[in-house]
Amino acid sequence: MEFLKRDTQFDFLGKRRLAGMISLALIALGIASLLVRGLNFGIDFSGGTLVEVSYKDSVTVEKVREQLKSARFDDARVQYFGTSRDILVRLPARSVDNNAAISSDIMETLRLPFLETLAESPQGGLQQCVSELGLGECSVQMRRVEFVGPQVGGELTEKGGLAMIYALIGILIYVAWRFEWRFALGAVAALVHDVLITISFFSLFGLEFSLPVLAALLAVIGYSLNDTIVVFDRIRENFRKMRKGRAVEVMNSSINQTLRRTILTSMTTLLVVATLLLIGGEVIKGFSTALFIGILVGTYSSIFIASPVVLGLGISREDMLPVKKEEAEADGLP
Amino acid sequence: MLNHYPWWKWAVIALVIVPGLFYALPNLFGDDPGIQIRGVRGSAIESADFDRVRTLLSAAGLDPKGAVLDEDGLRLRFVSPEMQLKARDVLQQELGTQYTVALTLLPDAPAWLTSAGARPMYLGLDLRGGVHFLMEVDMASVVRRAEDRYVTDIRTRLREEKIRYEGVRRIPEGGIEVQLREADQIELAQKTIRRELQGLQVEQTDRNGAAVLVIRLNDSERQELSEFALEQNITSLRNRIDELGVAEPVVQRQGNRRIVVQLPGVQDTARAKRILGRTATLETMLVDEEHSLDAAVAGKVPPGSRLYRLRDGRPILLKKRVLYSGDNIIDAAASIDSQSGGPIVSITLDAMGARVNQRVTGDNVGKRMAVLYIEIRSRVKTDAEGRPILDYDGNAVRIKQRIEEVITAPVIRDQLGKRFQIEGLDSVMEARDLALLLRAGSLAAPVEIIEERTVGPSLGQANINRGFQSVMIGFALVLVFMAFYYRVFGLFANVALTLNLVLLVAVLSMFQATLTLPGVAGIVLTVGMAVDANVLIFERIREELRNANSPQASIHSGYEKAFSTIVDANITTLIAAIVLFNFGTGPIKGFAVTLSIGIITSLFTAIFVTRGLVNLVYGGRRLHELRI
Repeated sequence: MEFLKRDTQFDFLGKRRLAGMISLALIALGIASLLVRGLNFGIDFSGGTLVEVSYKDSVTVEKVREQLKSARFDDARVQYFGTSRDILVRLPARSVDNNAAISSDIMETLRLPFLETLAESPQGGLQQCVSELGLGECSVQMRRVEFVGPQVGGELTEKGGLAMIYALIGILIYVAWRFEWRFALGAVAALVHDVLITISFFSLFGLEFSLPVLAALLAVIGYSLNDTIVVFDRIRENFRKMRKGRAVEVMNSSINQTLRRTILTSMTTLLVVATLLLIGGEVIKGFSTALFIGILVGTYSSIFIASPVVLGLGISREDMLPVKKEEAEADGLP
Repeated sequence: MLNHYPWWKWAVIALVIVPGLFYALPNLFGDDPGIQIRGVRGSAIESADFDRVRTLLSAAGLDPKGAVLDEDGLRLRFVSPEMQLKARDVLQQELGTQYTVALTLLPDAPAWLTSAGARPMYLGLDLRGGVHFLMEVDMASVVRRAEDRYVTDIRTRLREEKIRYEGVRRIPEGGIEVQLREADQIELAQKTIRRELQGLQVEQTDRNGAAVLVIRLNDSERQELSEFALEQNITSLRNRIDELGVAEPVVQRQGNRRIVVQLPGVQDTARAKRILGRTATLETMLVDEEHSLDAAVAGKVPPGSRLYRLRDGRPILLKKRVLYSGDNIIDAAASIDSQSGGPIVSITLDAMGARVNQRVTGDNVGKRMAVLYIEIRSRVKTDAEGRPILDYDGNAVRIKQRIEEVITAPVIRDQLGKRFQIEGLDSVMEARDLALLLRAGSLAAPVEIIEERTVGPSLGQANINRGFQSVMIGFALVLVFMAFYYRVFGLFANVALTLNLVLLVAVLSMFQATLTLPGVAGIVLTVGMAVDANVLIFERIREELRNANSPQASIHSGYEKAFSTIVDANITTLIAAIVLFNFGTGPIKGFAVTLSIGIITSLFTAIFVTRGLVNLVYGGRRLHELRI
């Protein structure tokens, strides 16, 4: 089986103005959203407490909120997490008593009504359940607790930003060394584009930006670059092989020649990421979403952003004349 | 000959795959609920203990499925979690405080595998359930305490040199200020302090017209102090965790002031938090009965005494001299007093404590002795939005709360010795916690939990199931796709993909790298991306065929031309993964690890192994047509 049977001859670079405009519009929208709405930072960055609990029977958000309010957790945000038995409680960083004990207090507060029922009906089924399985199993089960103190959150934001910059610099150096500086800039431009659009997506839809999402962004950098490098590699090869043809034509046919591979690999990767998104569970939903969006955008950018930037920087055949080293490397093949 | 592998290439493939299968194998057997028994503070478990445990368990009808005794202690495996829990209760009750009995998961793999060092993957806390704490040691208090010590030392030295001083005191912004009576002695004082006390930095400055010495700890002294405090804290945290009974705990330093504590399987996080973070100790003093309590409450506290409060809020006047403190305690056990029925803690003192106790109680029969409980709670001072307030050096400012309560102040009826009891505690739980803290030793400096990540056991299991399903379904989808799209070559790629998964699991198992939920996501991503190398190669072969090359030549140049592309593309992904590893904490690191290992194994399988398969099927014969 084979799709796109004939060699395609799409004029991708001819559409570079349009593509550039679309991307710029998306990024402008994203930046506007970042300025107006900002990012919904998870507690990894903002600090605070998160408690996920599971009830034995379904429960209403209002009831839980009421309960927490009566225990003076006024600032608690309560929401369902997946099912109507699972509840997620978030508390922002507090000015007083901001410490690890809060999560324990929340658990205690939520279990309190069960304790009262237990005291009132000494012979009830609950009593039996508790003696066999313990209180947690019979009333409110602690699923997950995360507490991030004020001194950690700021650090993570800083470290995350730095990681992103280090990754980009590392890539810039490697691509400049293996190819040429214009390619390095083209690759990094495409990566910055991917990261910006993915972050914009999170801002526009108010999705939580957590530590795993940041990790996914770095994975997106790796993936998108993978795509871009394959195209660049072909461009380099074609510059040396095709003696005639302007840079635009060489690049266009390179993108066309690698198009099948670009689409196929994106398809298999999107296939597995979609699996992760659908059955990986709520905990890594943000992570899989970022990957999904990032891979889509990354595929687009490796065609429509990376090469046009290289072209715009004025690449020519002379820049790509064979280097001696290439010959030596071809020998180490399997 | 084109497309033929020499024997050594097959040997390399076999050398990778056979051990790979071997190390991946234990993962098929899963885990059993188990119990780990260790001696407290590193004392070894003897075979006599082993026999005793076996007798105890078989008497209770809880024979273990398997048992191993080695330097890590005694490990028992059980058929069901219920048996595991019952067995723990039995053992905890019978073995007493000299042993820790902890719940754990133990691999069910057969002995011939485990004895060769093949173990299943090490699951992270988000998969097995447990607590992760990041604790910060309050280094400012370490410095403060050192400065307090130096204040005393400086006074002594100055007196010895007959240098008269106006005042030697610690200044609030840090450092010690020395003001002399006679200004011309300042050089002598400076010289004396420099000579006698190492680790100090002495400067002369002017304050309100008077020459003063400002003394600070120098950098190496500070470093040494914080190093010591960190190590000391790690030791006492380890002791405390041992007392809590946790299997495979991790206590590690991270950087200069932080300690990571991981407790797999712990569910009662409230207790863990209470125990780990507490800086509690005891001091005993005599009650000052010569002076009037009322006068002291009114503000006339006699010198040599201090006013304290009992737990119910009543005031009590104690003599300042500390008889002995928590440091003199070598054992503490909680129990119920047979007469009163209240909770008590029985204390055993070391030789020095016992001597003091004997003398003081002998001299003071009929008088009262008080047990003072001291706890230091510290937290970071924050502004209205919850951000930490920083001092000039960029460190968080802490608010310290020193809680001092007189637990009990009984009348000494008899001369006491090595042992005595503390009454007046509120609950059995309190007695147990106090005994534990006294046994485990105090912390050298207050610590604070600055990050907590707890995953309950049910979520851990759900994460494992979901992760496993995601890998399997993603894997199956890719297999079907490849077989459909590339037919025979697709099958080659599928064999490679399967092997890649096996090798990835094998490497993770071999190095016992921590597998986390994002790590599982990394495996899923690897599955999707690993076929990329094959797609590149196969598309290249198709291209060569279209350019009217012979099938054999197409295969050869397809592999050859795709090679450098594949390497370039993967190295850049590896760069991103390595950055991720260096930046990441716990779970994120797991993602970077699986992603990096996956990239390397996929290069091997997708290039080296598929080429072998292609050569095996198509190599060395004339082909007129190649269907791909």
